[in-house]
Amino acid sequence: MADEKTKPVKAEKKEEDEPYILSTSPHVRNPETVRSIMWDVVLALIPAAAAGVYFFGADALLVILTCIVACVATEAALQTWFGKPVTVNDGSAVLTGLLLALTLSAGVPLWMAAIGGAFAIVVAKYAFGGLGYNIFNPALTGRAFLMASWPVLMAARMPLGAADAVTRATPLALLKVYTKIPAVDATTGATPLTGTAFPSLLDMFWGNIGGMLGETSAAALLLGAAYLFYKGIIDWRIPFTYVGSVFVLMLVLTQDLMFTEFHVLTGGLILGAFFMATDYVSSPITKRGRIVFGVGCGLLTAVIRQFGGLPEGVMYSILIMNGFTPLIDRLTAPEPFGAVPKEAGD
Amino acid sequence: MATFIGGIHPQYNKLSASKPAETAPLPAQVVLPLSQHIGAPAKAVVAKGDTVKVGQVIAEAGGFVSVPIHATISGTVKEIATRPHPSKGRSPAIVIESDGEDSWVELSGCSKEDVEKLTVEELRSIIQKAGIVGLGGAAFPTHVKLSPPKDKPIDVVILNGAECEPFLTCDHCLMLEMAEKVLSGFELVKRSVDADKAYVCIEKNKPDALKAFTKLLEQSTFSGFELVPLDVKYPQGAEKMLIYAASGRKVPTGGLPMDVGCVVSNVGTCKAIHEAVYEGKPLVERAVTVTGAVKEPKNLVVRIGTSAAELLELCGGARGPIRKLIGGGPMMGMAQTTSEIPIIKGSSGVLVQIETDIDDAPERPCIKCAKCVDVCPMDLMPSILGRLARKDRFQEAANAHVMDCFECGSCAYSCPSRIPLVHWIKHAKNMFNKTCKGG
Repeated sequence: MADEKTKPVKAEKKEEDEPYILSTSPHVRNPETVRSIMWDVVLALIPAAAAGVYFFGADALLVILTCIVACVATEAALQTWFGKPVTVNDGSAVLTGLLLALTLSAGVPLWMAAIGGAFAIVVAKYAFGGLGYNIFNPALTGRAFLMASWPVLMAARMPLGAADAVTRATPLALLKVYTKIPAVDATTGATPLTGTAFPSLLDMFWGNIGGMLGETSAAALLLGAAYLFYKGIIDWRIPFTYVGSVFVLMLVLTQDLMFTEFHVLTGGLILGAFFMATDYVSSPITKRGRIVFGVGCGLLTAVIRQFGGLPEGVMYSILIMNGFTPLIDRLTAPEPFGAVPKEAGD
Repeated sequence: MATFIGGIHPQYNKLSASKPAETAPLPAQVVLPLSQHIGAPAKAVVAKGDTVKVGQVIAEAGGFVSVPIHATISGTVKEIATRPHPSKGRSPAIVIESDGEDSWVELSGCSKEDVEKLTVEELRSIIQKAGIVGLGGAAFPTHVKLSPPKDKPIDVVILNGAECEPFLTCDHCLMLEMAEKVLSGFELVKRSVDADKAYVCIEKNKPDALKAFTKLLEQSTFSGFELVPLDVKYPQGAEKMLIYAASGRKVPTGGLPMDVGCVVSNVGTCKAIHEAVYEGKPLVERAVTVTGAVKEPKNLVVRIGTSAAELLELCGGARGPIRKLIGGGPMMGMAQTTSEIPIIKGSSGVLVQIETDIDDAPERPCIKCAKCVDVCPMDLMPSILGRLARKDRFQEAANAHVMDCFECGSCAYSCPSRIPLVHWIKHAKNMFNKTCKGG
């Protein structure tokens, strides 16, 4: 009996004698991976993408699919060409494509969307070394390239909804037209000035306005952002300081609450602040740096919108601040816990 | 605020939390490394063939920052040879073969009245002679901690009952079953450094332990004691984080707790101090959590020197082929090459991992998500340190405060790219000490 009992134990021990894995601590990991994060952000953008398709129709869907396919195919082709493992299933190329599409008008030609996606991957991402090494946000770089190359086509607006045949300008473009804004009736949220052409705040919140296909619905974007906060994927520092500083600056510059709310809810601000400026790779890693970055983006956006020739300033603001990221990180490096003044410490 | 900034919330997996401490049967053999503490290794004073009793000194302290080692079973010294060591690879050890008798040397404890008459020096001497070191894991000789230089008066002592390491429950177990001994030992710590304040710090995920100590403190006649329920967060039990949470003081970088007038003692250490002073019992056994993928996770009170393999058997063996055997907890424990490693004074746990416990996500490039920066309790930038270490830029890593890292592992735990940050940081510290420092 005793022999029988010991024998299987010994056999089991033989198996255990296989060398143990040796590695440095920790021996447990948070299940979160680059891949899970990328796909979570994609998931968080689905409401905004769906809103785009809802408001702008099938053309929007085609633009989205074209951008994604272009990005994924470009990345796969590059990695194959360079003999690197193909990692498109990590979702980062899908995310770049989706983000790019959301910053485009639903009316852009599909070949343009494809070129934008390919440019984002080849130039913004891989020319700098691939995942984790890009200096500028790839999606925004792709968009900037398209803006510089085909400004007229980029400005093409889609008719909003099937019934509405009138091509609508974005609210921000309208604001540029009306240099003098008369008093706004803040209680009803309606603007006497614009009548039907100028959307109400509520329409702007839900997305029933003209604009790029992913930026119209603040509600859908905020829903996705809420998910990212819930999952701990984005930090409050960049988006809140960004939107907050735009709000404060526009309030100071325009002296008009209604007008300020317009600025917060329109254009790419929500999309940019919660999904683009928070891009890990191209934003600062220090806590203080993220605040500097957010405020910097807000400052540039307000200045461009108020004083610049462009109606929109989010894209360039973020791209410019991306360029400052290494400098910001260097200047805002934290002092270690319990740091003593230099003289005493050394 | 009863916490610190940063930190993580891992799965705690305290599998053995509600299990009472079980005394392990006497081992047939113990392996007692001469170096079980920080500081000079002990010097063997027995030779092959000597018979020894439990509690007999078999190796003397090798200096002031050193403690003696006692026989933990009675029997014969089989050999003094190089054996596997849980943190040093292999190191000299005394091997004792049991005679099965468990005969002890005569223990002479102090009565309550005697203890009250003990001078501070006598207290410290008893603690050193009992071979007591920090049982939380660092294994720093306790009497040294209790001998601060004159210009660093201690006014605060802190009982570390955080036990923030996932899986480990041996301290929790002691706090429930031996609260009086723990508190009594802690009172001796307070007395030996003449502190005014004593904080009993326990994480809120151990409400039963908090309750036990609340009751005990209500009844006790000790003055200056205060219970501090700590937020549940890793690494809450790290010395610097604990001091900050309890007293609001920040230990200066490169400094020691005594620089801010604090001494921290682990619950197991306090229990050992009580036993040394009141019972005259040297440190020959300790509580160890044997957990993870074993059939029955347990808190075992074991003789020091017992092999991990033996403890695994007491817990029904592993639930499958062992892929990783960890000495300590999953966050700061060390992966072992063999289950022949002995339990030493600083061993708080034996953690078994099987195939399904091993994270197999591939390493990817850093995406600068800054999660490591956000969780670092020392406010370092682990991703930058890792990058510098990888490129052999050790001086720059030191300039970026790599030496302040105490390797809690929160950064590597959080890294979605699975970069082994602790590995790189250890490498940088090591190489900096070897190549840059002083030359």
